Amino acid sequence: MTEASLAVRIWRGGAEGAYREYTVPRQPAQTVLDVVTHVQRHVDPSLAYRFACRVGMCGSCAMTVNGKARWTCRTHVDSVSDGERLEIAPLSHLPIVRDLVVDMAPFFDRWAQARGSFVPSATRADDFARVEPASPARAEVDAAIECIGCAVCYASCDVVGWKPGYLGPAALNRAWTLVNDARDADGSARLQAVAGDAGCHACHTHQSCTERCPKHLAPTRSIAGLKRLVARAALKGAL
Amino acid sequence: MTPAAAATWRWLAQRVSAAVLAICVLVHLATIVYATGQGLTAAAIVARLHASLAWPLFYGVFVVAVAVHAPLGLRVVLDEWSGLRGRAVDVALALFALTLLAGGLHAVRTLTA
Amino acid sequence: MSGRAPGRQAATIVQAAPVRRNDVRARSHPAYWAFVVHRVSGLVLTLFLPLHFWALSQALDPPAFDRFLAWTHAPAVRLTEIAIVVALAAHLAGGVRLLLVEFVGWRGDLQKSALALCTAFVVLVGVLLALNP
Repeated sequence: MTEASLAVRIWRGGAEGAYREYTVPRQPAQTVLDVVTHVQRHVDPSLAYRFACRVGMCGSCAMTVNGKARWTCRTHVDSVSDGERLEIAPLSHLPIVRDLVVDMAPFFDRWAQARGSFVPSATRADDFARVEPASPARAEVDAAIECIGCAVCYASCDVVGWKPGYLGPAALNRAWTLVNDARDADGSARLQAVAGDAGCHACHTHQSCTERCPKHLAPTRSIAGLKRLVARAALKGAL
Repeated sequence: MTPAAAATWRWLAQRVSAAVLAICVLVHLATIVYATGQGLTAAAIVARLHASLAWPLFYGVFVVAVAVHAPLGLRVVLDEWSGLRGRAVDVALALFALTLLAGGLHAVRTLTA
Repeated sequence: MSGRAPGRQAATIVQAAPVRRNDVRARSHPAYWAFVVHRVSGLVLTLFLPLHFWALSQALDPPAFDRFLAWTHAPAVRLTEIAIVVALAAHLAGGVRLLLVEFVGWRGDLQKSALALCTAFVVLVGVLLALNP
């Protein structure tokens, strides 16, 4: 039985790097992460890349595969290689540390700038908060809460590429879950943080984020919701 | 006004003018298809504008909505695709808005006179 | 490097390091094409408008205006006119879709159906115009 092989181009170096070509044996049910791991273990140990759970839960292995941002542990080679060729690069829109590793700090800086963290309105001395699971606000939160901060949406969003200060889909999506959280106390400050030319108003509904999110979230929808809330606040003079 | 509030009001102006234009453009498209089907002449256009006060009023509203909508849209495109932004750009766009307003209302007046 | 306390505003965000950008492969989906059509049509219309207003104001001189209209019967001009009206129809359809997404909220598959409707409307307008004498 002849062993099929795969030609893989992998980005090496920093921003001023280049693709290097490797040949990897094909395996059944092979994922892109398997391919990268094979190269590092058997071909070139200097290859730098990130992974952790390798079962589609942590988002650490996100990379650009044939031009699209994906989780490499959840991407079967069969489904993405165009004509037995595979091109693997680091995520777009983030500084490259080396090879397939990017610096996630700017991504989380925007999260902080969008005030994407919970601010409590009660203390441990108070009784439990009662949040009706079926309420419209909670339904909105539940639809958007599963984000694990993998940056696939951020890498996929062209507005992030065009506007260096844009907060981006993940940060805005998280802000949306918080403004709809009945227990959160940061309401108006957060609306001010997400509004603006670098905030929710910069979203042009490309929906690349929604198209590529591995958790099937819809940041476009969350950002549209923020636009409505922010407009309402402005009309009330509260912005 | 904070930058966030200013951006919000620009967004609102863009969407409100868009809603107005949605109606105006539908009417305009229907008019274009009908009028060009009938054979378009200066006399035909002028006659339509004189047929009822509704037409000049309609086109007047149309012009105002366009003068708001187009410069705001252009502002975003300039910022994202050419890197042109800032006070100077905003002033230039405001002038462009006034040009559209003046030019459009002048055209309506000409055809209504 | 990312050990910031939650809830704190980040200091000035400076992205000095060059970053990779996406190419056409990341943009190959309908909603993105809809965006491109919407933006390009908007630019075309914005450039056309001053010319449109000037041309209309020439109606003060009906014979000259009618000569101008006769010129617009030339095939190249007629095609350009149809293109501009199609751009208008496309911008309208795409804009209404955006207003629905932003104000009425969005339900999954409705998006693709909305895009299909937009395209159908635009094609209809183009055909109606082309069929005119």
